[in-house]
Amino acid sequence: MITAPARRPTQESAHRIWRSYLYWTHIYRRTWRASIASGFLTPTLFMAAMGVGLGTLVNHHGSSAHQLGGVSYLDFIAPGLLAASAMQMAAIEGMFPVMAGIKWIKFYQAMLATPITVTEVLYAHLLWMATRVAMVSSIFLVAMFAFGAPRSAEVLAAVPVAVLTGMSMAVPAAAFTATRESDQALIGVIRFVVMPMFLFSGTFFPVTQLPAWLRPLAYATPLWHGVVLCRSLSLGDASWASSLGHVGYLLAFIAVATLVARRTFSRRLAA
Amino acid sequence: MSTPTVLDRAADGAAGAAAGLRITPTWSLGSRRAMRLVERNGRVYFRMWVIFVSGFFEPLFYLLSISVGISKLAGPVAGPGGHLISYTAFVAPALMAVSSMNGAVMDATFGVFFKLKFAKVYDAVLATPMDSGDVALGEISWAVLRGGIYSCVFLVVMAGMGLVHSPWAALAVPVSLLEGFGFAAVAMATATYMRSWQDFDFVTLALMPMFLFSGTFYPLSVYPSGLRELVLATPLYQGVAVIRGLDLGSPTWSMAGHCLYLLVMSVAGLMVASRRLERLILK
Amino acid sequence: MFPESPLIQARALTKRFGSFVAVDGIDFDVAPGEAFGFLGPNGAGKTSTMRMIACMSPVSSGTLRILGMDPITDGPNIRRRIGLVPQEDTLDLEMTVLDNLLVYGRYFDLPRKVIRERARRLLDFAQLTDRANDKVDPLSGGLKRRLTIARSLISEPELLLLDEPTTGLDPQARHLLWDRLYRLKQQGVTLIITTHYMDEAEQLCDRLVVMDKGRIAAEGSPRELITRYSTREVLELRFRVDDHAPLAAQLAGLGERIETLPDRLLVYTDDGESAAKSVADRGLDPVASFVRRSSLEDVFLRLTGRTLVD
Repeated sequence: MITAPARRPTQESAHRIWRSYLYWTHIYRRTWRASIASGFLTPTLFMAAMGVGLGTLVNHHGSSAHQLGGVSYLDFIAPGLLAASAMQMAAIEGMFPVMAGIKWIKFYQAMLATPITVTEVLYAHLLWMATRVAMVSSIFLVAMFAFGAPRSAEVLAAVPVAVLTGMSMAVPAAAFTATRESDQALIGVIRFVVMPMFLFSGTFFPVTQLPAWLRPLAYATPLWHGVVLCRSLSLGDASWASSLGHVGYLLAFIAVATLVARRTFSRRLAA
Repeated sequence: MSTPTVLDRAADGAAGAAAGLRITPTWSLGSRRAMRLVERNGRVYFRMWVIFVSGFFEPLFYLLSISVGISKLAGPVAGPGGHLISYTAFVAPALMAVSSMNGAVMDATFGVFFKLKFAKVYDAVLATPMDSGDVALGEISWAVLRGGIYSCVFLVVMAGMGLVHSPWAALAVPVSLLEGFGFAAVAMATATYMRSWQDFDFVTLALMPMFLFSGTFYPLSVYPSGLRELVLATPLYQGVAVIRGLDLGSPTWSMAGHCLYLLVMSVAGLMVASRRLERLILK
Repeated sequence: MFPESPLIQARALTKRFGSFVAVDGIDFDVAPGEAFGFLGPNGAGKTSTMRMIACMSPVSSGTLRILGMDPITDGPNIRRRIGLVPQEDTLDLEMTVLDNLLVYGRYFDLPRKVIRERARRLLDFAQLTDRANDKVDPLSGGLKRRLTIARSLISEPELLLLDEPTTGLDPQARHLLWDRLYRLKQQGVTLIITTHYMDEAEQLCDRLVVMDKGRIAAEGSPRELITRYSTREVLELRFRVDDHAPLAAQLAGLGERIETLPDRLLVYTDDGESAAKSVADRGLDPVASFVRRSSLEDVFLRLTGRTLVD
């Protein structure tokens, strides 16, 4: 008697989020071909160039096998690239469409003219970002199989991990974008946050090769947790304890970022 | 009603003839008017210095990542002269060529497309004594300047990291300018054919394989013979080959061939870009 | 120096886009110091004509001389002496108000010191001095238009081309712009204006041509055109009916001419008041009835059978 009426607003809210989410799928209908093509080509090219091409050098270099834990360079970087490209792509999705929604095309305002709330608009968009990362990561997984990189069926669990890794970048990126007036700072984020993370968070070489003072910074990045977990799932040496630890870190990161995003979105849009 | 094509062609012919005549002063390279557009872009970027300055860091981060991590995994590589060099020394000059390409292409595609289709900057410019040749040359010069600044700073960093192995490396600067000109010219010509932002996926799809496969990250010997010829034909490979050769050794005659390739790109791109601007704006 | 030689001379001037003829063999002269207008509805060929004069569109056939030069061979030299205010503002949105003026002046190869001095005066003229360091993008339509005009004046042109200068502006912004243009005219700048607003043409133009479907329908000063093609006064009548056409017959003989529009009837007469009385005498009872002076709108209606703004 008490709970039944209380549930209805939640349902309505879920319904509004769903409607707003459909807006994004609708927009995407026009561009999906190009994005699938580049979603497949990018990882394929990277795996071919780095895994196979550069791999030729690495695999012939005697001391490397030890550093990589006895696996080929392709097997080493493929799952890392899965997480890293999820992060890269999510960063872009978390920034430019948000800026467009707030400022360039102002479709957030258009949505807010309906009964939807700011938080619901945010959740719908985040849900859409997660969908995009999931799509791209699934395509990436297919490419990984094409190269014969995964060594274990557990690699299937790497896709949701990649989504978490992506969202741990997309949510803070969206939160930050909502405080900005121009895309200048966004380009700064890509160059000074996304690129260094991509290059130094364990994707291309073990973090242990970094100078000791830099390692804690690498361990603190959500990307490192995503890369390490994806890698151990792909190589089939994941343990429950460490896997849960990495997932827990990513979830906590996303949760905090979501709270911040709710604040910055409200401050920007609810005026 | 059945003969509009004839009329079309007549009108096009007349327009074409008039258009041809308007380009006359274009080909005097170093046109002073073209520099006005360089000034304009400089002024815009002065207020967007974060974007300008940060553009330099991408190749720098790549270089650091390679020197800290990948170099140890990859081990020494055979350089242009055949002797073994560190992997970082092998990749660094190629990244300089990449940085020149990226610097040039970004402004000449995204920037030009934005100004052409959305901001209508050239509509305003062409109402002044400037003509389409000035605009093309001006935009390309700006892109070259930007790419050139990046590659010069990169060369200094390389020298600081002990990655410059020959005094001939100084010649890498003019070569990277020529490379930037070639890329900017072709990129600007391409931008005039773009219909929407989605088309830029194709730019990315052209640049990324070049970045990854033009002998940037490993010697050509890694490729099977069929692919090797393909890599030799890419525009980026020309820049990589010359800059790496100068940085690690001395000039060779084959470098003249690479430079000629870049020169042809420059001239052809400039001509097409200028004609296309004329067609698009001066209807 | 030679006030009798025209600043612009067009003979059989034609512009085609494929098989579409936008400007269909028009002749006109513009004298130095004159304010010359092209009045006509959208699609009449005004902008195409303007773009040819601005040397931004090649002439398809016929001849066009601007400042004694041929636009095909002397484009840059002609444009050096022309200011253009295009139909849509082409301001540089990535720059501030002041930078727009400074950079545009450089396109004319003017020395920085000269541009700086002129920019200061032009900002004042356009009442934009306190916005000098603002970004252009968020400015209102009226401010952007004023900046576009200021920008077109940075080269101190002898000839200023204004394509639909006040379209989309609110009445207050329009009147301010008209005032600025009037001052320019006083300074001896030759103005060429396209518009589809008859009040704008009446306010600003010494002489104008009425354009329709790529052709010139009439030419003269606003007053001349009105005297020639219309009566002194017009009686406007609205009735409570869906279709005004059948009522026109009942007004026969009330004025020199009667025009039927979808929502009203126009009676052309030199004495509107007495015509209004006669309407009442005939037992007709209009919802609204008023007398006004003839305008260029009536000239256009007479010449083409259509209204200017649809």
